[in-house]
Amino acid sequence: MGLIASIIIDSVAYGMVLFVISIGLSITLGLMGFVNLAHGVFAMAGGYGAAWLMRTYGWSYELAALAAVALVALLAWPLQRLLYSRLQDRSDLDQVLFTIGLVFVGIAGMGVMFGNAITPLPLPEYLQGSVDLSFRVIPTQRIAAVVVGVLVLVALMWLLERTRFGIETRAAVEDADAARALGIRTARVYVMGFSLGAGLAALGGVIGAELLPLEPYYPLKYLVVLLAVVAVGGVGSPLGLFASALLLGTVETAAKYLVPSMSSIFFFATMLAVLAWRPAGLFGRAH
Amino acid sequence: MASSTRVLPLLALAAALVGSPVQAQQVVKVGIVGPFSGPFASSFGTPFRQGIEAYVAQNGEKAGSTRVEFVYRDLEGPNPERAKALAQELIVKEKVQYLGGFVFTPNALAVAPLIQSAKVPTVIFNASTSMILSKSDYFVRTSNTLPQVTVPVAKYALDMKVKRVVTAVSDYGPGVDAENAFRQTFQEGGGEIVESIRMPLNTTDFGPFLQKIRASKPDALFVFLPFGPPTFGFVKAFNDNGLKTAGIRFLGTSETQESDLQALGEAALKLETGYYYSAAHDSPQNKAFVETLAKVKATPNPATVAAFDGTHVLYKMIEATGGTANGAKAIEAVKGMAWESPRGPMKIDAQTRDVVQNVYMRVVEKLPDGRYVNRETKTYAAQPDYGLQLKK
Repeated sequence: MGLIASIIIDSVAYGMVLFVISIGLSITLGLMGFVNLAHGVFAMAGGYGAAWLMRTYGWSYELAALAAVALVALLAWPLQRLLYSRLQDRSDLDQVLFTIGLVFVGIAGMGVMFGNAITPLPLPEYLQGSVDLSFRVIPTQRIAAVVVGVLVLVALMWLLERTRFGIETRAAVEDADAARALGIRTARVYVMGFSLGAGLAALGGVIGAELLPLEPYYPLKYLVVLLAVVAVGGVGSPLGLFASALLLGTVETAAKYLVPSMSSIFFFATMLAVLAWRPAGLFGRAH
Repeated sequence: MASSTRVLPLLALAAALVGSPVQAQQVVKVGIVGPFSGPFASSFGTPFRQGIEAYVAQNGEKAGSTRVEFVYRDLEGPNPERAKALAQELIVKEKVQYLGGFVFTPNALAVAPLIQSAKVPTVIFNASTSMILSKSDYFVRTSNTLPQVTVPVAKYALDMKVKRVVTAVSDYGPGVDAENAFRQTFQEGGGEIVESIRMPLNTTDFGPFLQKIRASKPDALFVFLPFGPPTFGFVKAFNDNGLKTAGIRFLGTSETQESDLQALGEAALKLETGYYYSAAHDSPQNKAFVETLAKVKATPNPATVAAFDGTHVLYKMIEATGGTANGAKAIEAVKGMAWESPRGPMKIDAQTRDVVQNVYMRVVEKLPDGRYVNRETKTYAAQPDYGLQLKK
């Protein structure tokens, strides 16, 4: 009984962190139709930005995190206009090559600015330590991650399904020419969507820093896991990503308790099984 | 008068030209192979360079009357083919008389045939698999071997009356070797291994492993993890899942190495590790070493001291051969050599050419100025490489 409860608690906590760190990628990949393998660079930039603001200006964790997310979203704007927009209509391979190049630039850049060792992102007092559940304890930060994950999910669902921006974005991705003919300013929609994705990536970088510590090789190291979560969920679907993150999180966590050395094999075997069954992912639509 | 001042340099030049093929060379080149860029640069490449430079700063550019020149070659990760190509280029084109560096075992093994036939003495600054040195007569090591630091940790656990231990290691070669070395020593001494967990290398969430360990209520946990994110994640999870408050001891080896320690911070407090170098080692040699490094804002890391001592061995070999290329004589000169290093007393074994040194048990403490250090608590003196005594 204790074991099952433990597995469920750890699965949810881990799954939500997976959700938060990959939601930005799912947005750019699905809604923008852009294969942005440099997602990790934005995530890392968010984490580093927050750590830097805290260390240099003594800002609080919350303020630094919000500022870093806003900063990354803001910086993504010119980046999209100058670089990404040129590749919006190019083939997937061109986008892959371009963004992989960007990953290496990001690795070198962060290495020069912050060094190659781990940069800690200190948590505020109330998020440190753990909460006692009598039969076990759970790290407080994980509870915060679950709350943030649920908030992000709800906010995104509302934004994409209920607002004009959401409708325009989906229209622009579905058929850019028709959208333009209907008077939708697609260039503006793209840059806003991209900025949103980058901001979410940065948020993931901050929230996920406990599990994925900040170091220059971050974007390359976690790329496979991020892509796996997004692929299983179906690109562009927040709800699908949520289900995927929970599924993969549960499989891996249960394996860690029961057959520790096989846990990462189970993770990827689940991915294989889901994609064999539904190639477009759990909630994905076949194009 | 005027003519003689013009002639003299010419004469000297002529003498030098005639003399150079037979006489000792005035400059001896040493090739250093290590990860000077990429993910391993901060833990190994950069410390290698700083260790060498610290030695040169303290002892000058000359070994005896020979000037020593270091030629660096970047090798990012485990890549035997490239290691061999680099070593060949250094020996043939750069005409280096000695090699040094080598972080990864496969890279060191790849150059063994080469240095054996070219008779190029090679000082290993890191690669810690026991059997490397048996692959060539020209290998010397100034770092450690895995069993050398793991066996004393197991002895310490027995000395501290620790009865039940869970081992948790990353599932790769060195992790499995460490698990093996710990288990054999601990069980032979009457200890009980409750459980052995091997964690996949790409694990990011260590929580479930630690919950599982906590549930089996051991006295101590023996771990072996690669530096960087895995160590960082594991140590955080060790705290967050309440193992430290439950009084389970954390026993490790290189997990609290100096280049990671400040980033680990508070979470590392009270962790116990057995290793060959602590930046807080109390000796005049270490004080001078730390001060030299402080001038270039470098952190004294185990890899730094391994390179520092490696350079010492290189200097002694160059001194003994007076700069002539005589690999056999150079190696003979350092066999059995003993000296006081910043890490403490150390020796090159006369038979195996491996390092014999103290292994210190240390506990992480916070200094009044907010820095974290590995404070030495117990010394296991003159530890050999136990690798050959252990069963596979």
